[in-house]
Amino acid sequence: MRTFITLLSREIKSFLHSPIAYVVLFFFLIASGFNFYSGLSFLNQSPSEVTVVEAAFNTVLFWFPFVLIFPLITMRTYADEFRMGTIETLATAPVSDWQIVFSKFFGALAFYILLWAPSFLYFIAFKQITGKEAALAAGAYGGSYLLLVLLGAFYVSLGCLASALTNEQINAAIMTFVAIFGFFVTGLLGFILSSPSQAVRDVIAYFSAVEHMADFSRGIIDSRPVIWYLSMTSLVLFINLQVFQYRKWRA
Amino acid sequence: MIEVVNLTKRYPGFTAVRDISFEVAKGEIVGFLGPNGAGKSTTMRILSGYLPPTSGTVRIAGFDVFEQSIQARSHIGYLPENTPMYHDMRVHEYLRYRAALKGVESSQIKERVGDVLEMCDLLEKERAIIGTLSKGQRQRVGLADAMVHDPDLLILDEPTIGLDPNQIRQVRELIKNLANRRTVLVSTHILPEVEIMCSRVIVIHKGRIRASDTADNLLKQHRSAGEVRLELDGQPENAKEILAAIKGVKDVSEKKLDSGALYQLRTDADSEPISAVLQAARDNHWQVQAIERKKPTLEDVFVDLTQGD
Repeated sequence: MRTFITLLSREIKSFLHSPIAYVVLFFFLIASGFNFYSGLSFLNQSPSEVTVVEAAFNTVLFWFPFVLIFPLITMRTYADEFRMGTIETLATAPVSDWQIVFSKFFGALAFYILLWAPSFLYFIAFKQITGKEAALAAGAYGGSYLLLVLLGAFYVSLGCLASALTNEQINAAIMTFVAIFGFFVTGLLGFILSSPSQAVRDVIAYFSAVEHMADFSRGIIDSRPVIWYLSMTSLVLFINLQVFQYRKWRA
Repeated sequence: MIEVVNLTKRYPGFTAVRDISFEVAKGEIVGFLGPNGAGKSTTMRILSGYLPPTSGTVRIAGFDVFEQSIQARSHIGYLPENTPMYHDMRVHEYLRYRAALKGVESSQIKERVGDVLEMCDLLEKERAIIGTLSKGQRQRVGLADAMVHDPDLLILDEPTIGLDPNQIRQVRELIKNLANRRTVLVSTHILPEVEIMCSRVIVIHKGRIRASDTADNLLKQHRSAGEVRLELDGQPENAKEILAAIKGVKDVSEKKLDSGALYQLRTDADSEPISAVLQAARDNHWQVQAIERKKPTLEDVFVDLTQGD
């Protein structure tokens, strides 16, 4: 456990040492702030049944920066280690490969959560200023942020896997973007296909991050997406371990 | 400390290491020599637990490096080729991180890091960012990293590369000082280093071990060992026979020169034939132009062992 903590803190520090982290943080704050603002102005235009939380998490402005941040967060995790050769010092220390894979994953996930943390202040500020709750129930906050973490875990694991496949950060970033975009668009097929059969719709429902968020931000915490994201994350991490060992052993 | 049995490493299309076996006992300093591409780094990477062998076994301190990898690795301080390290960290920060990773007790990390910084002459650079260091300084940080958890075994892949002569001497002293307490396997191209530093030499070529012995023995066994060259004025009669009769001389070859003759005597490696040869020259009134005893260098041995197939 101590070894894992050591690895994890090194991962988190390496984010904080890199200038790109602050660039991402800066633009993400602008994007999410603007998104919150536009959600509120949408509510101001006409009577509406949605809450502030729903308005903030279900816009194009929310999803657009959302899918863009993962390549930036995860691209350097493995690619840099392979390119610099530090993977050799890392993997010959008395640490298991699982510990390495988990530390990289949780390190990136921690940074992702750090990106989202300030957004909660918006809702607090909203309540302070207007005296009204931003959501109908506490479950809406919980659901929204739970889904953010679950989705984030899955997308971060995809990014780590892409990074483990290459020596070049830019390749990792492009692969991550394509993979996440692929999953995201698959989830949108329900809106595009004219009349899908029930079976197809059921399958698409699993991929549909947008619909999941629509439910969760209303406080409806469905167990199916939870299990789907957790099991997909585990699967991707398992493949990640295999890829990592394969590349290391082939060196 | 190291037991390697029938180790083979195959890559698609070529075999880097072919069925090698050797042992290194506790306290030995073993030089690992071979031309580029001979399989040195591959072998060291397998020993350090980075690469799995295709077949064969490697035990470090009794632990199989593949089956009991974590235990085996905790006994090893490994300095990879080109000393990769995180360029965004400070020297002391990096060493503390590595110490923690290698299981040094939290309460002792500061002390251990201080010790290795001093040993590797890095106290002035303690707070420097690794990316700003010179190659030699980085090399020393790599050495400090290898030693920070006080391992029983050091595996050093080209530790003196990129160092200036003074620093090479420092590293050599450092490694020699470790001798009593630790086992060291070190690969290098600087052969005089090996002669001074190592108690034994393993020469590897094309994935096979060509020789494994002390440097002294390798030198004695070399074909030019104990060769004496004698150049005489004129071409005295029977010189070849007289020289061949001297004790310890195995055979003599004669070569006529313009103004004299050149004799090459092959002698037993540990005989001292020079004075007997000079005595013969006096007795027979030869005019000696030159006499020279050839001493093979480790370089000769190395070139001999690693040329051709």
